[in-house]
Amino acid sequence: MAETLMFNALREAIDEEMARDETVFVLGEDVGHYGGSYKVTKDLHQKYGDLRVLDTPIAENSFTGMAVGAAMTGLRPIIEGMNMGFLLLAFNQIANNAGMLRYTSGGNFKIPMVIRGPGGVGRQLGAEHSQRLEAYFQAVPGLKIVACSTAYNAKGLLKAAIRDDNPVLFFEHVLLYNLKDDLPNHEYILPLDKAEVVRPGKDVTILTYSRMRHHVMQATKGLEAKGIDPEVIDLISLKPLDFETIGASIRKTHRVIVVEECMKTGGIGAEIIASINDRLFDELDAPVLRLSSQDIPTPYNGKLESLTIVQPKQIEAAVEKMLALKV
Amino acid sequence: MVQERTLPQFQAAIAPITAADALVLYEDMTLGRLFEDKCAEMYYRGKMFGFVHLYNGQEAVSTGVIKSLRSDDYVCSTYRDHVHALSAGVPARNVMAELFGKETGCSRGRGGSMHLFSSEHNMLGGFAFIGEGIPVALGAAFQSRYRRDALGQAGADQVTASFFGDGTSNNGQFFECLNMAALWKLPILFVVENNKWAIGMAHERATSQPEIYRKASVFGMPGVEVDGMDVMAVRTVAQEAVARARAGEGPTLIECLTYRFRGHSLADPDELRSKSEKEVWLARDPIKRFEAYLLEQKLVSEGDLKDIRDRIQASIDEALTFAEGSPEPNPVDLYKYIFAED
Ligand SMILES: Cc1ncc(C[n+]2csc(CCOP(=O)(O)OP(=O)(O)O)c2C)c(N)n1
Ligand SMILES: [Mg+2]
Repeated sequence: MAETLMFNALREAIDEEMARDETVFVLGEDVGHYGGSYKVTKDLHQKYGDLRVLDTPIAENSFTGMAVGAAMTGLRPIIEGMNMGFLLLAFNQIANNAGMLRYTSGGNFKIPMVIRGPGGVGRQLGAEHSQRLEAYFQAVPGLKIVACSTAYNAKGLLKAAIRDDNPVLFFEHVLLYNLKDDLPNHEYILPLDKAEVVRPGKDVTILTYSRMRHHVMQATKGLEAKGIDPEVIDLISLKPLDFETIGASIRKTHRVIVVEECMKTGGIGAEIIASINDRLFDELDAPVLRLSSQDIPTPYNGKLESLTIVQPKQIEAAVEKMLALKV
Repeated sequence: MVQERTLPQFQAAIAPITAADALVLYEDMTLGRLFEDKCAEMYYRGKMFGFVHLYNGQEAVSTGVIKSLRSDDYVCSTYRDHVHALSAGVPARNVMAELFGKETGCSRGRGGSMHLFSSEHNMLGGFAFIGEGIPVALGAAFQSRYRRDALGQAGADQVTASFFGDGTSNNGQFFECLNMAALWKLPILFVVENNKWAIGMAHERATSQPEIYRKASVFGMPGVEVDGMDVMAVRTVAQEAVARARAGEGPTLIECLTYRFRGHSLADPDELRSKSEKEVWLARDPIKRFEAYLLEQKLVSEGDLKDIRDRIQASIDEALTFAEGSPEPNPVDLYKYIFAED
């Protein structure tokens, strides 16, 4: 076991996969000589050279399309979005080509690529650097969307994403890079399509992902003290959703709260609720509740920013309110 | 009288060609022309759907460039892609079947006219959005260089040809990719088919510098203009660019001055372009011109040319029969090909 920070866990994943498969390469802004904006690719260029850890000009749409072309012709690119928000400029290449080209080509080509990097609301980074693109991209067919949340799952999931033959959007969170875990000394890979039951419980199912997992876990402390036993599920895979794990939990608790960092309108939670209504409506004892960020550009001011995203106290209150309605 | 840009002069004598090679070019251009004529007929008869962009008039570009490539090189196109696919070796029957939306189409009926793909023929697409194919082509070229220089595969000297129009050369992806291609010395040909129009937008109304080939110079890249109605001229320029790319000397921007003989798509009434402009360019028909050259050089006889046309027409008729007789995709496969595992 070795205590490892999340950014290093991600680095280890990339390093191990690059050593294992010479078609794997990294590209993006400042990934090489600078080592990545969060040091996830630090020193890798020394080990693998400038072509395998490719510093690109600031041309998001074009270097993303370039990665698509490289993937179509047999390489396995890993794009680092310096900040995932910048990939709004690559929306076309991600949606039309990474996501849809395999289908449009009738299966002629596969696109094994990973698009990873920091997203989410950080500490007073302002609206543009506080994006949650997962919600924007979830409608694109052909993309897998994954959000890691601990040093342990970051490493195992990123390795799986690199080995996956499909385009995977891999969201890290700016505020989680310094989380620590004791990582196994042996190699491990985690499945991309499995949600993680973080805390088993019987009273209510809380579905969450990325940094909100930690807000939820904070909230559970207060809830436990009040004798409430919530089940916390980290979705991990935002697309496709792991309805096996979600369904098993709902069949047990019959109550669901979604806690997410994306905006409420058109968010991941909106999709989850619709899917729960489609598949599991008869299991519900209460309407599914959604705690999301406010539908506003993330304000710079610290107080306003913390009002924008969901806080542990609000989660606690929401659970209590839902259970108080219990018949 | 229309003001036309002076076409660069080409001395055919500097580029001798064997009869066999000349026939390859002639057959390919003829295939392109007759195939597109058949598409127009089928579209107006209600057998083909969606937007269909034909290539008539521009054949010397596809043929001159792609027939200068090896079969393991890569071709990347736009929505005006039928003839690029044919030149790249995708069989006419599979292209026709795609246009009919059939399972036997090169994209299994999922793509349509603007999304022709064939991994077997290194045909990378078929891209319906302006400019988006250029980065994809760049990626294929990067892949060749990566294999050669990062993986040490000596045989990895494949070249990629990226085709697009004059209007597209005003898009950021064009400039961004010229920069990266020159920066990393990638084996790629940027082939601009300057047919003077982007739907209804005249080229000189859309750009501050109408001579597109000049835009290469700021990237330190060779840029050449060529008479895109002369297959011998295009071939000569393409061969030089391919040799440079294969030798690791980097990209070339080739501006082919050409013209489309039909509207932008088969849905376009084509009312904006003047009759006189069309006449000037129709008189430069690249196929007629090449026929005259072949006869003048005594490389073939009138009879040979007629035989070739008849044979190609028969192959297109066969392609049509194949397409019409092919099955549609099975509805149970609606979700197939979304993910790599399907
Ligand atoms: C991103 C995008 N914007 C607009 C269009 C609509 N459109 C299709 S073709 C075209 C003109 C392109 O002209 P040019 O690049 O000269 O190619 P040509 O059609 O002449 O071959 C336009 C504007 C599109 N397909 N994609
Ligand atoms: Mg044009």
